[in-house]
Amino acid sequence: MSELNNSTSQSSLNTAATSHHEKWRLLKDAIMRRAVTVGGLSIIFAIVVIFFYLLYVVFPIFLSASAESVAQYPVPEQSAGKTLFLNIEEQNEVAARFTDSGQVIFFEAKTGKTLSQKTVLLPPDTKITSVALASPLSEGAVIYGLSNGQAVIVKQQFKVAFKNDKREITASLKYPLGETPLVVDDTGAALEKIAFKVGDGAATIVAKTADKIRLTSIEKEQSMFSDEAIFTRTDSFLDMPAANITDMLVDKEDRNLFLVSDDGSLSFIDISKKSAPEIKQHLNVVEAGQKITSLTFLNGDLSILIGDSSGLVSQWSLVKDQLGKPAFEKIRAFKVSDKPVIEIDSEQRRKGFVTVDSAGQMGIYHSTAERELIKEKISTTAPLTTILSPRANALLFENADGKINLWKVENEHPEVSFKSMWQKVWYESYAKPAYIWQSSSASNDFEPKYSLTPLVFGTLKAAFYAMLVAVPLSLMGAIYTAYFMSPKMRIYAKPAIEIMGALPTVILGFLAGLWLAPFIEEHLAGLFAMLMIMPLGVMAFAFSLQFLPENIRKEIPEGWDAAMLIPVILVTGWFAFTISVPLESAIFGGTLRDWFKNELGIGYDQRNALVVGIAMGFAVVPTIFSIAEDAIFSVPKHLTTGSLALGATPWQTMARVVLLTASPGIFSAIMIGFGRAVGETMIVLMATGNTPVMDLSVFQGLRTLAANIAVEMPESEVDSTHYRVLFLAALVLFVFTFVFNTLAEVVRQRLREKYSSL
Amino acid sequence: MIKTWFKSGSPWIWLNAAAVSTCLIMVVGILGLIMARGAGHFWAAPIVQLSYQEDDGQVKTIIGEHVDTTITPALMAKSTGFKMADNEDVLVQYLMKTGNRDLTGADFRWIQERNIKAQSQPESLIVIERREWGNFYGNLTAVKEGENVIATGEKAWDVLQERLKVALELHEHIAHLEKKEIGAINYGLDKLRLEQRALELKGKWNDQTAKEFADKKAAYDVDYKKYQAQLGELYQKVRRDSLVATTESGAELSIPLSKVVDISQPNKMGFFTKVGRYFAKLGEFLSEDPREANTEGGIFPAIFGTIMMVIMMSIIVTPFGVIAAVYLREYAKQGFTTRLIRIAVNNLAGVPSIVYGVFGLGFFVYILGGSIDKLFYPESAPAPVFGTPGLMWASITLALLTLPVVIVSTEEGLARVPKAIREGSLALGATKIETLWKTVLPMASPAMMTGLILAVARAAGEVAPLMLVGVVKLAPTLPLDGNYPFLHLDRKFMHLGFHIYDVGFQSPNVEAARPLVYATSLLLVVVIIGLNLAAILIRNHLREKYRALEG
Repeated sequence: MSELNNSTSQSSLNTAATSHHEKWRLLKDAIMRRAVTVGGLSIIFAIVVIFFYLLYVVFPIFLSASAESVAQYPVPEQSAGKTLFLNIEEQNEVAARFTDSGQVIFFEAKTGKTLSQKTVLLPPDTKITSVALASPLSEGAVIYGLSNGQAVIVKQQFKVAFKNDKREITASLKYPLGETPLVVDDTGAALEKIAFKVGDGAATIVAKTADKIRLTSIEKEQSMFSDEAIFTRTDSFLDMPAANITDMLVDKEDRNLFLVSDDGSLSFIDISKKSAPEIKQHLNVVEAGQKITSLTFLNGDLSILIGDSSGLVSQWSLVKDQLGKPAFEKIRAFKVSDKPVIEIDSEQRRKGFVTVDSAGQMGIYHSTAERELIKEKISTTAPLTTILSPRANALLFENADGKINLWKVENEHPEVSFKSMWQKVWYESYAKPAYIWQSSSASNDFEPKYSLTPLVFGTLKAAFYAMLVAVPLSLMGAIYTAYFMSPKMRIYAKPAIEIMGALPTVILGFLAGLWLAPFIEEHLAGLFAMLMIMPLGVMAFAFSLQFLPENIRKEIPEGWDAAMLIPVILVTGWFAFTISVPLESAIFGGTLRDWFKNELGIGYDQRNALVVGIAMGFAVVPTIFSIAEDAIFSVPKHLTTGSLALGATPWQTMARVVLLTASPGIFSAIMIGFGRAVGETMIVLMATGNTPVMDLSVFQGLRTLAANIAVEMPESEVDSTHYRVLFLAALVLFVFTFVFNTLAEVVRQRLREKYSSL
Repeated sequence: MIKTWFKSGSPWIWLNAAAVSTCLIMVVGILGLIMARGAGHFWAAPIVQLSYQEDDGQVKTIIGEHVDTTITPALMAKSTGFKMADNEDVLVQYLMKTGNRDLTGADFRWIQERNIKAQSQPESLIVIERREWGNFYGNLTAVKEGENVIATGEKAWDVLQERLKVALELHEHIAHLEKKEIGAINYGLDKLRLEQRALELKGKWNDQTAKEFADKKAAYDVDYKKYQAQLGELYQKVRRDSLVATTESGAELSIPLSKVVDISQPNKMGFFTKVGRYFAKLGEFLSEDPREANTEGGIFPAIFGTIMMVIMMSIIVTPFGVIAAVYLREYAKQGFTTRLIRIAVNNLAGVPSIVYGVFGLGFFVYILGGSIDKLFYPESAPAPVFGTPGLMWASITLALLTLPVVIVSTEEGLARVPKAIREGSLALGATKIETLWKTVLPMASPAMMTGLILAVARAAGEVAPLMLVGVVKLAPTLPLDGNYPFLHLDRKFMHLGFHIYDVGFQSPNVEAARPLVYATSLLLVVVIIGLNLAAILIRNHLREKYRALEG
């Protein structure tokens, strides 16, 4: 066509002005052609952008961690003694070295430059025989057990202040129970091992001397008359041999005490009653011949991590056994290396941990996701001591060669793995593995449970019940409307049903939640009665028409059956609901709901899958109806007339010829309807209780992917794991509907070609 | 007989017909339900006064509106814990709106019909619509000015009407001052602060600008003080008068007129008064701001927000939709690419709306909005301007969502333009774009209109994506106001659909809010069904027209 244009323009116009005008016209035409093409293609672009953007947000959760060495420097103030342990603050700027001579050296984490040096007040002529940190690490509480049976508790904290927009970090040492050392063992025996928990004016100390394990509890009371504090103290001894105990841990609630002995066994002791500690369990936690080489709490202190000499790290958590008694059970294990695991550091804000083996191999893991995020050689020898920074983005360790190393760790989203999203996961303090969606809570210790399975289950359940309602109604309706209905009625009936597709789903959801749900709750029996009585009523009415006198029967216009049935349905419906009340009392001796609950053990939620099924079924009916009706209506007429001419009844023609020909169209109608039901948000949001349970029962609530996004998205922090998992949910929905719609569209295009060839 | 009947297949046809009837009944039923409940909201219901025997045997007076009735069979009532006499078949219960939440703690109560000893509708009963604590039901006893009683008994009603009129005018004046005048000052001050910060960031802040700004601030301050003084005076005036009324239990309550929206005596009203009042209430509903956590008052900001969003969306979606359709129908060679685009369009239509919301939030709000903030609004950091959900992003998100509707509709319109018209135009020497612009597009314009109307209808009812990209339950300011630059695309807005969700499901007093939700639903349904009917009519008209052209 453009050739045509060019030739006309050249032949008929030749003056300068017009040729200029002519050029402009052609230019305009060319520009517009480009612009329109770009505009048209941008549709594909939009789809691609949506897909890739969702993918782009989701992608980081599948990345593994990375770690790189940032700095290495000699141990600062070497003369102050050997390092007991290191500490580093949140910004990774200032670190601290605690030495065996009671010194604390604060230094720049990046350079090793000494910032300040502090001395812990220890009584003269004593040696530090043991040291321990209290859980959680963020409190910075340290206890020194001394050779004379005394102990000193120190709190070391970093304070951040802003001066002229610049960050200044200062370190401090405090003595929460006063500067005078506590006499733990009155006989003056050295404290060989120690564990403790210090709170507001209270402390629990577990100390092991050569032959005893002693539990000391101290409570500080402010005297009413003076500023002086009064300490009340309870002492008790554990009824077990002390000699082979190698490690001790007290949890942050100072309720549980864990003891490790050199034969690889773990003792779990309830110390909530300080005067009478109760030994609950002795467990062998490693294989025979192996030793426990490291022990720590996982963040939250609900489970402990045990590293052994075979390179295995196992997670043990307090779960309720069959009798409902709390017991320790191994909920998972990680094969970390072939060498002994000499140190495990838990992250302070997530359920992850870092392991170091005796060959200097470091590994980062996440317990819930059962994910190994990185494995890297950080040293050629076994590091003496390591510390993971509070944000878990730096690792500080001291090597045998007297150097301190700082490594940067990038590990943004360890919480999610294929397993944690789609398979059963054994969460802390759960009796057994389960599918659970529970994304957030106020506390840092919370173990996020990102199982998408209950959400997908809920989505499919809601869609299934909706389709159960919608498919029969809409397909039967489409068959009748397209083939049997009088054209006059069709003009009104078709748009009337179709226009319901335009009804905002928020209104359907509102009616479902506030009107339908209570109605069904009250008239459950009526609903079931209606399902049974209504078809019978319709049949009976249709059958009885046969017996009408011939002349009246002739008067009934053809194709208006649906209109005639409206009063019939209304009457049978009313009848069903009326009769259901006495029937219900007579048969079930009360309400049907109670009967379900008491006899079958099926509980009833007011906002349940039945309500959603009806409401969403109603929302999907117009979609399926419209497409299926078109498919049936556009079956070529010569096929049906041929069939009828051969003597088939209208119904036979319908069932054997028309439906068969239109079946791809009907299939695509159902697909599109299903896609719509899967993605529908407002109805499920309002008509279900939004509880992410996995229960097939029609009387139970559910939570769908879409509703979950609507509920949680506004509250999720940007770029957090939760945010990305919600994007993943959106991506799942997108891909799901994409597949269904594309399939439906391809089928429809094929069908169109087929019809045009017929 | 039955056998042959079944063999003929006609029972199946009847069952199919029943499916159509069921669909139609459901359609009409739903519309009827919304209509009945929504439209009934504004009708002044009679107030009844009951002597009611409480469970403990005492007879008390209950004053209120009858809202709902339930009838429970005796057996079921027994199982839920009611005592039923042998001769009682059913238990009839009424839900009464008794109001006076400040005194009794609840607006509603269920009562049993069998315990009602006497029932009347005294004409003297009044219902007071208050700004706080919901409705008041009771009897008027006196009107006070300050501490002095100025009217009692019969006269009180007339005096009250006069005083209330004055109080309402004062209230309006106060609202105007607070919202418009002082609002403008606050807006100006905020602007100044941002300008100052911008100058500081650029390093252009010096003594001279400091002085200029101080002068401007002082000017605002003077204005502010002036309005403050006016407000003080008005408040004093409006707080002066009050009314005294007795409740059902005989307790006296003094209600300041400043807290009163409306007082009526529904039992005294004739039919025509009620009709007049009905439309007055309807008008208030459409034109006023919501009160009491959205459960009372009007829905004007929601209507306004919806309209603004829809207009913005139309401005964006129309050109893109039309261009895409023109490309598909007029420029593209039919083949693989067009097939791909059609599939893409279909997919865009089928993608769940919440996914658009997620995309809008992540891509438009955080990425685009965040970049805009960094480039153009560094002074307001860390508070986001466009980097937070708002009107603009909501409009763009919904434009993307409704794009397929416009494309499909426009394409259909283009396909119906007879080929002869195009060829005629080209044969006369017009270029392709001239042919399109001057002949084809004008002919297809009703189809575009149809598409746009359908898009608007879809956008007006869509809620899920908006929850993520810009809708709030209560917006303090409208997106369009008298403060330069008048149209504030960065503001959050209220929306009818979200209003339904929020008031119906998130409000503290769902029972009280229910009529309002039905009324809002009715409005939304009427608008959307109206738009759709208009689209259908235009389309049918168009088909007729082209049939004539082709013939």
